[in-house]
Amino acid sequence: MKSAVGGISVAYRLAVTSRVLAAVFGGYLLASAASACLALLLPMTRADAVVSGLLLAFVVYLLAALWCFACRSAWRAWLGVLLPSLLLALVYALAKRMAQP
Amino acid sequence: MKEAFRQSMAWLHTWAGLIFGWLLFAIFLTGSLSYFRMEITQWMQPEARLEVVDAGTAIGLAQRYLEQQAPKAESWFITLPDARQPAIGIMWVNHDGFVLKRLDPRNGAELPVRDSRGGDFLYRFHFELQMPYPWGRWLASGAAMLMFVALISGIITHKKIFKDFFTFRPRKGQRSWLDGHNAVGVLVLPFHLMITYSSLVIFMSMVMPAGILAGYGDRPQGFFNEVLPVSDAPEAAGQPGTLAPFGPMLEQARQAWNGAEVGQVEVYHPGDRNASVSLLRRSSDGVIYDPGTGLLLQGSSGQVLSATTLGSWPMRIAGGFYGLHMGHFATPILRWLYFFCGLAGTAMIGSGLVIWLGKRQLKHAGTAVLPFELRLVEVLNIAGMAGLVVAVGGFFWANRLLPVALAGRAGWEVNAFFIAWALMLVHAVWRRGRRAWVEQLGLAALLFAGLPLLDALTTDGNPWRYLLRGDWLMLGFDLAFVGCAGLFAWAAWKVRRAGLPKDSTIARRERVRPARTGALEAEMN
Repeated sequence: MKSAVGGISVAYRLAVTSRVLAAVFGGYLLASAASACLALLLPMTRADAVVSGLLLAFVVYLLAALWCFACRSAWRAWLGVLLPSLLLALVYALAKRMAQP
Repeated sequence: MKEAFRQSMAWLHTWAGLIFGWLLFAIFLTGSLSYFRMEITQWMQPEARLEVVDAGTAIGLAQRYLEQQAPKAESWFITLPDARQPAIGIMWVNHDGFVLKRLDPRNGAELPVRDSRGGDFLYRFHFELQMPYPWGRWLASGAAMLMFVALISGIITHKKIFKDFFTFRPRKGQRSWLDGHNAVGVLVLPFHLMITYSSLVIFMSMVMPAGILAGYGDRPQGFFNEVLPVSDAPEAAGQPGTLAPFGPMLEQARQAWNGAEVGQVEVYHPGDRNASVSLLRRSSDGVIYDPGTGLLLQGSSGQVLSATTLGSWPMRIAGGFYGLHMGHFATPILRWLYFFCGLAGTAMIGSGLVIWLGKRQLKHAGTAVLPFELRLVEVLNIAGMAGLVVAVGGFFWANRLLPVALAGRAGWEVNAFFIAWALMLVHAVWRRGRRAWVEQLGLAALLFAGLPLLDALTTDGNPWRYLLRGDWLMLGFDLAFVGCAGLFAWAAWKVRRAGLPKDSTIARRERVRPARTGALEAEMN
């Protein structure tokens, strides 16, 4: 993530902006997806499962944000937050369908 | 690979910390002060130095006052007094708004106190940032999330966490700042982690609605009804009724809760036959903040309509973090510890901002004019830190100087805070960096040193009388003001001295020895 000495290229700036967007919005999406899945799947009463999902959502958000800056490229940052979000969305849809006979 | 990871985390720490740094500094400083919110309110209303009365007496006085003054209100809210808040707080809600009063616990009359928001202003600013609902809360939550990221990335960056903790190299300029930043960060690390994570927990249902929507579909209110089960009060019957005395109801709650005290009493449809009384536990009795433990009684008879208690483990964990953040349970010594931990966090954020700028200023040590972005950070550093301290001082001064009869007085105290802050921003733009630091810190020292004097001139109290009376709260404030003044004067003196000829020597040394600067850069970048 280090810039070249004596000037920062446009490509670098764009890549950083992209990572920031991935961390803020992609991370929020992943955290939301995780808390929604936990709210449905945790074997507790509904209110407890929701609260547990909320408590863990911020940890997911944190890890997603760290990932977005630790990975090797901005593309990987997006992939790393969107792919798990998609998987969780599938899990959520399945769980919803199972709940409604 | 491992080293690359650490470097990327260092980058993240540097920039995440900078962007919301000033906002976080203000949030941490006002939050630390908020641990003395009720004490600040007492200082700001010096007309009423009260003794605490027992809850039974207080509730009787409140009930009598409300039955006379607001018999037709939709609901009453009574906050029972305790040592930190000896006045009886009452509020009633009509169809067109609410009325808030403080009653004298000796006779139940309205307290003739000056109009002031007291510590509540600093407390509200801490999480609402003087912005309309809900924007301030969202912004504060965003800042909290960034703080969380900055904390964890900072820990990863700082790999030799325990070894470095015992390395403090004083009087080495930039090096000392970094050592100090690390030491204070590590020293109160558990506090930092707790306070940051818990701040997210407090507003979690607002900022993370997805989980609630997943569980409750399009009726999110169902979640709140299950978590906060106090909202099932009966509807009004439309026929007049009389209320039973509240005193015995408090006793009833105490027995139901193994001796825990009632903190708040809420009465719905007080003049109606179907009136109901809801009793909530006092939040200072336990670590876990527990909005769920309540007792709903029939107003006319005191018969129990419904009783709820704190439930499951997830609720306890969430309530535990909430309670730890608020610190209502803290006894005086623990409260001071909270306060100093909060100040340590403030200092960690402030030193981080100073390091960010200091490191980049080194490259421009020879030139007279800083590049725009560095000058911007410098101005924001000065106004955001020294300027904020001056603003807090201005708030305290305004409380003693504004005439009691002034219309909208409480609002003007708050205005004084922001006017002082804005003036400091203008001053920071106008004056050159180091001079602005010295002048603003010096002004802050003068303001705080003057507060005990101002208090003695404008009220009937002074430190000597407080000592004779055993009024530790007012005496404590005078001592704290003098302590703050001393700290700011010391800081002003240090900055001034650092700006004398030695400054250029440091800069030269850094340029002569590029190897050392390089090493420093690697660690801080």
